[in-house]
This record gives sequence, C-alpha cells and structure tokens, in this order.
Amino acid sequence: MSVTFLGMPATRPFPRNAARAVRDSQLRFNLRKATRTIRAKRASVVAEAPDWAELREAGRAIKEHTLRNLDKYLVQLEESVTAAGGHVHWAADAAEANRIVADLVKATGETEVVKVKSMATQEIGLNEALLAQGITAYETDLAELIVQLGDDRPSHILVPAIHRNRAEIREIFAEHMSGWGRPAPEDLTDDPAALAEAARLHLRERFLKTKVAISGANFAIAETGTMVVLESEGNGRMCLTLPRTLISVVGIEKVLPTWRDLEVFLQLLPRSSTGERMNPYTSMWTGAAEGQEFHLVLLDNGRTGVLADEVGRQALRCIRCSACLNVCPVYERTGGHAYGSVYPGPIGAILTPQLRGMGSELDRSLPYASSLCGACYEVCPVAIDIPSVLVELRARAPHPWAERAGMAAAGWVLERSGRLARMQRAGGRLRRLVPRRLPGPLGGWTDTRDLPKVPEESFREWWDRTDGGRR
Amino acid sequence: MSSRDLILARVRRALAGVPDVEITRGYRGPAEDRPSAERIRLFEERVRDYRAVVHVLEEAEVAGRVARLLGGRGAHRVVVPAGFPSGWLDAAGVEVLADDPPLSAAELDAVDGVLTTCAVAIAETGTIVLDTGPGQGRRALTLVPDYHLCVVRAAQIVAGVPDAVARLDPKRPLTWISGPSATSDIELNRVEGVHGPRSLEVLIVT
Repeated sequence: MSVTFLGMPATRPFPRNAARAVRDSQLRFNLRKATRTIRAKRASVVAEAPDWAELREAGRAIKEHTLRNLDKYLVQLEESVTAAGGHVHWAADAAEANRIVADLVKATGETEVVKVKSMATQEIGLNEALLAQGITAYETDLAELIVQLGDDRPSHILVPAIHRNRAEIREIFAEHMSGWGRPAPEDLTDDPAALAEAARLHLRERFLKTKVAISGANFAIAETGTMVVLESEGNGRMCLTLPRTLISVVGIEKVLPTWRDLEVFLQLLPRSSTGERMNPYTSMWTGAAEGQEFHLVLLDNGRTGVLADEVGRQALRCIRCSACLNVCPVYERTGGHAYGSVYPGPIGAILTPQLRGMGSELDRSLPYASSLCGACYEVCPVAIDIPSVLVELRARAPHPWAERAGMAAAGWVLERSGRLARMQRAGGRLRRLVPRRLPGPLGGWTDTRDLPKVPEESFREWWDRTDGGRR
Repeated sequence: MSSRDLILARVRRALAGVPDVEITRGYRGPAEDRPSAERIRLFEERVRDYRAVVHVLEEAEVAGRVARLLGGRGAHRVVVPAGFPSGWLDAAGVEVLADDPPLSAAELDAVDGVLTTCAVAIAETGTIVLDTGPGQGRRALTLVPDYHLCVVRAAQIVAGVPDAVARLDPKRPLTWISGPSATSDIELNRVEGVHGPRSLEVLIVT
C-alpha cells in the first residue's frame, strides 16, 4: 500500500517534539498571545449570532449528507464546471496532482506562478514538485510569504507564521525579500502596518505581470459549479482575477450540494476562523470567468480511505477554520511544528494518522497529543467529535509490549478478589521499597506521573480489623 | 482504470450501507421584508467597524459629496465602469476612465481610485457584494486601485447572509467585500491595508 504524503516527513514522535517546543519560551509567548487574542474575538462574534447552534447543526448535517452522497455530487460538480467552460482533472494521490498541475503550467509556457494560500497544495508539496520541473511558485499570503522567505514550515492552518512575532517577521523581511524580488524598505520597522506595506510593495509587480495562478477553494458547489475562496488581504483576488490561467487544487470533501448551502457556511467559517462577522474578501466564480482559462484538480490523496472509516470519517467535515487549534491547551504550548504535518492541532491529530496511516512512531503518537478536555469539539463549527475519534485511534494504534504486559498482569490480579487481597497485603509490607520511578521500559509511565503512595493496609483490611470503624 | 473511475469506485465502496441524514435548517432564513431605518443604521455601524468610511446621504447630495471626497484626496484620474449614474459625477471635475477598451493592470495601478455601485449589501455583516453588473465593472477594477468608493442604495441593504445568497446569481463572478483589505497574520491582530484597496468609502443613499 502506498503511503499518503502530507507535506512533511514523519519524524520523531510527538512527545519528543513537544518536550523541545515547550522549552522555547519565545515560542510559548508568541503562541499564548496569538491564541488568546483569537479566542476572545471568536467568542464575541459567535455569541452575537442568536442562531449559532442551529447554524452549527445545519453545517454538520449538510457536510454529512454530502459525504454520504459524495460520488453523486462529485460527478455533478464535474458536469457543472465543464458546462461553464472549465476543465476538470482527477488526482488519486499527491504525485498525480503535482504532475497534472506541472503539465498545465508547462503548457502555458510560463515558469513562474503566483499562489493563493491553500492547505491542499501544502499537503501535496506542490511548490517543491514544481521547482523540480523548473517552475517557481510564489506564495502571496502574508503568513505564507513569511514562511517561504524564512525557509520555515507552517505551524497553523489559518496563520502559518503564528509562531513568529513582529520583530522576527521584520528580520525575515529585511534579510530575505531581496532574494525573491523587490527588497524590503531600508527603514523597515516592526510595526504591523509597515510590515503589511512591505509585503504590498514586494508583491505588487509580480501580481500585475504573472500569467498563471494556483489556488485551493473553501467550497465547490455541485449544483452550479461555483468555486468559493475566502481571504483577507486581497492577494487571493489578485491571483484569482488577474492571471490568464487559473488552476485550483481542491480536496474531494470540499464539495457542497447547493448554492443555498453557502448561507450556512459563509456564517460559520469567518466567525470560527478569524473571529470576524465576515472576512474582508470572498471571491466566487463559475467556470471560465471573464475569459480566463480555468482548471479544477479534484484531489483524493487518502480521503477515500478516511471516508471508509465509520468513526473517523467525520474528520472529512472539517472546513479548515482552525478554531480547534486556537482553544487547544496542548497546541497552545507546543505549537504546530510538533505535529509533523501540515495539519496540526486537534484536527491534525485525527486527520494525519488517518490519511497517512499509523506506520511511523510520530503518527502513532498523535492521538495522544490531547488531554481529551473536549474544547475542540465545543468550538467546531461542524461538530466533529474530535475526542471520540482520538480515543478510537488510540485503541487502534499498536501498544508497546511493556504496556501490554502491565495491562495483562493488572487484568490477572483484578480478576479474582483473593488475588487482589494478596497483592495488596504484599504491597503494604513492601511499601518502603517502592521506587519513585518505575524501572526499565515501565519508566515511560512515571516520566509524567507520580506513583501513588502505597498505604500500610488496604481499605478491606482496615474494615475487617475494625469492623467498619466500630472496634 | 482512470483516476476518475478509481476515486469514484473507492467512494462507492466506502459508502456501501451508510445511512443518509436529514438536514434541518433551524437557523434564521431570508427576512424578505423592506429595509428599515434600523437596518440601514446597523449596516452603517457594521461597515464602520471594519474601519471603512461611511456617509449616509440623500440622492440629491451624492454629486456634491463625490466631488468633495475626490477633491479631498487629491484624486485626478478615476475609473468609473459603464452603468454608474453619470449625474453623480457632474460636479467631480476629474478625468474619468471608462475601462473601454479594457485598461491594463499597470494602467489600473496608476489611477487614483474607482467608483462603483453594488449588487447587494448585508446589514448584519457590513458586507457589500459586487456581481460585475451595471456600474460595477469587471473584478480587477475594484482591486488594483488603492481607493474604492462604493455607492449603496438603501433598498439594496438586506438583513443577513441568507437574504444575500438568495438574491445573487452564482453564474456571475461575485466579490464580497467587508471593509478595506486587511490581514490577521501578524500576531492575529487585524491590520488594515495589504493588497486590495487600502481605503474603502461607502455612500449610503437613502
């Protein structure tokens, strides 16, 4: 079976990545500040919508119904896009999607493309694949630009450079913009407005002259063939409007049945993701708009495998708002890099092991990257029960022999009350010999927990001796 | 087997025997009533929240206000798409480009601003929607220039998102605009002014 590629190599397990991340006090400060800001904003605009619970329920049901009838809606989407003058391509995995896009770009004779921020193209490692074919992809979203210029990795779904503060961003711009185009102004400060202005100047020329753009899409409407992209800066509009050729790489789970369904998702998504009543710009286009050449690449890359899983398939409802990252106590402390995938946080902890399988130590460790507090489920605009999926995946991952042996021994002891009583008496007598940490492979358990103190006698012994305290 | 057939076969295999679900739309649907003074006030307040500049005025005042606003910015050349009421430009005294034949992106980059109408406006979210219809022009016109002045008629203001979706035609290219271009990418705080127009001015004609 082929392994699904998710934009990053699966390396060390989550606990080791996390242990390193929490020692980085700058990172913890940056994340704490950013996640607290966005949590407050989201809470206030969600509280403002009197029918939030009903919108969330409709969002969940529409997505579930769509997934249940995915074959029908994908074929309908293909028909609608084609009827509106667009071209539809199907990609079973990352390699095929990259090949399709590279061939489409080559057919235009261009060697440079501009990109709208997109999780799907991150996931398939499109930029690297294009570079190998002599095509340079320029990221145009401010946060993606920060990541690209800094030769860094994204650490958040919505704000990939969330781990960077303004001073670090200024450094990256001042040092690296010149290598990619127009240099940063000499007197660049770390004022966010000045940094945004530097990005505007750096990318302006490129927007006006580049002939090919690549995007993802937040939603694709089967009924009408309409593609929908939500954004803030206007870089998306630049890419979607000005180039002659537009290629959109879209996961098959992004389809929605009807135009009307947008009335739900255009309320759920902005309030959940940037904590605004509405994001600054949303673009919608159907097929070849205003004389453009339009290609839609429908991407599977492991999604049909997730769809087959009774418990796990709800992860495909995800609209990539990132609210679950912003409320997660684990994410807030470790940041996104520790998850070793372009999908970090709670949704990443259930999506990555399902898409990539549990072959690597990292992917087996991801379902444990949670305290199961349930905050992610509560904020999810499509009600994905992330804690339940985490528990299910924990049960499926192979467990280490020491844990299995320990559990088997505990099971044997607890099976008969006589065995338990004998073990308790032995424990009471030997209690001074019990170490603070368990030895050998059992030490993993006590690394993060204190062993409970063993009492002199058990409750049952005490009861027998004192007749329930009467003697 | 083509990738299309492969993907569809995998989907069908995955879904065998899975029950369908009912969709309950218990949320607030389209309001379908006439815009009230309260709705206009809400729209005004919500657009202003995005740090756009909002003026509420009567039809007879539009031409004078347009002239004053353009003069105040020192604008000399503006793009005005076909279908924009010509009377509103009478007092402006600026060079008006019609985008006919279409201006190049570089030419658009050199103008001082763009004046348009809109297709629909949403009170609850402070959003204006353009559908490239009369007075709105193609999408690039309201994107490349740094200043966008949009005239909204009170009758175009609907209550919420469901009303707007019901009124719009998905076959047309649509641009939903909520305030000036902005980013939340630096420490998750909103900063106005990146690639789209950094100044958005909305005239509400009552």
